Amino acid sequence: MNASPVYLDAASAAPLHPVARQALLAALDDGWADPQRLYAPARRARQLLDAAREAAAATLGVRPDELSFTPSGTAAAHSAVLGGLAGRRRAGSGLVHSAIEHSAVLHAAERHVADGGTATSVPVDRVGRIDLDAWSTAVGAPGTALAALIAASHEVGTVQPVAAAGAVCAAAGVPLYVDAAQVVGHAPVPAGWSVLTASAHKWGGPPGVGLLVVRKGTRWESPWPMDEREAGRTPGVVNLPAVVAAAASLRAAAADAAARSVRLARLVDRIRARVATEVPDVEVVGDPEDRLPHLVTFSCLYVDGEALLHALDRRGFAVSSGSSCTSSTLRPSHVLAAMGVLSHGNVRVSLHRDTTEAEVERFLTELPEIVGALRAEAGVVGL
Amino acid sequence: MTAPEVVDCRGQRCPLPVIALARRLPELPVGALVRVLADDPAAAVDLPAWCRLRGQEFVGRVDGPDGPGFDVRRRH
Repeated sequence: MNASPVYLDAASAAPLHPVARQALLAALDDGWADPQRLYAPARRARQLLDAAREAAAATLGVRPDELSFTPSGTAAAHSAVLGGLAGRRRAGSGLVHSAIEHSAVLHAAERHVADGGTATSVPVDRVGRIDLDAWSTAVGAPGTALAALIAASHEVGTVQPVAAAGAVCAAAGVPLYVDAAQVVGHAPVPAGWSVLTASAHKWGGPPGVGLLVVRKGTRWESPWPMDEREAGRTPGVVNLPAVVAAAASLRAAAADAAARSVRLARLVDRIRARVATEVPDVEVVGDPEDRLPHLVTFSCLYVDGEALLHALDRRGFAVSSGSSCTSSTLRPSHVLAAMGVLSHGNVRVSLHRDTTEAEVERFLTELPEIVGALRAEAGVVGL
Repeated sequence: MTAPEVVDCRGQRCPLPVIALARRLPELPVGALVRVLADDPAAAVDLPAWCRLRGQEFVGRVDGPDGPGFDVRRRH
């Protein structure tokens, strides 16, 4: 059996970009000192940190002093939600968020509710796009302090109407936080937000670096104990070599994002079409047009998601799943549930810069027989 | 109103409740009502989704002493 590895889970963690590797190794030698100290190695570290911040800010089209590096994308998301609410506590304690936010945002919302605040979840339609009328009603309600909307779904790829949602927020005087983890380094960042977060290992940077951007004039207050680093937005010394690698790889990923997106979107189109026609009883989910270029999700009727992942892994394919049997909580993906689509037998395929047409072809060739074998084993063929 | 046919899938994990429904429904006459008892959280998502994919009617969820029940009517 040919089981050479085919990595198709870039939305969890993209393979390290060669530029990141190069920058990381150089910065390990050059950027180990504390950038805040007053001697030569510290000044060198400070220069590297400043340069990384300027490069990342320039790539995102923001001011360097608006951007902080955090210890992870999750920490950035927690800071965005809790800090956005803290800064607006005089306006109220209402958080509005889509039903399909990343769990990091939803867990921050749970903390907010446990502390006495309120959270309103805005529903999505069958393809996973928010209901803008419900969004407008929720954002316009008295006491709304912050609204949170993911730029594009990390589970099904549907791009959200961020500009329209942002216009609603602007009219209501409510800051908009956008989780752009699946967009930064892959597609243009939408306009209309006040706070934005991203995560380096989603674009080919190292794990353990997040971005938190707070636009000038936004009422945002750190939810953490006081610390003077990173403009007081996130505590602790940054992992400077990783930050340098993150910034360098962000610039590299963004530079060829347009061309890469065209190539990957064609491969995703092929997966959507071929899976729908060649695997019986499959539901390809998410918007077929207005979606991320590199991500596609489908659910196979009567198939156990965990068994499917293991069968694919035995053939060398690394994918992820939103099926409940694959989660630690044994609950189905909240995104698939909010969309009302089949949650079992679910597979998320996400491509990256090194994904080849031959790899996608091999996946498409082997998938129907893998699904067929699992169905035969379970005795559900023809149901 | 007659009591619905009950398919007891309590304790079964996804996708077994959906498979049980798909096996039982064709054995009943068109118009018959089936109640699937299922405590796996995925059932609340997957039973309505199966009905939509198969063109059957998802009538609704009933939370009774036997736990969550999901009523489905055979349409064709």
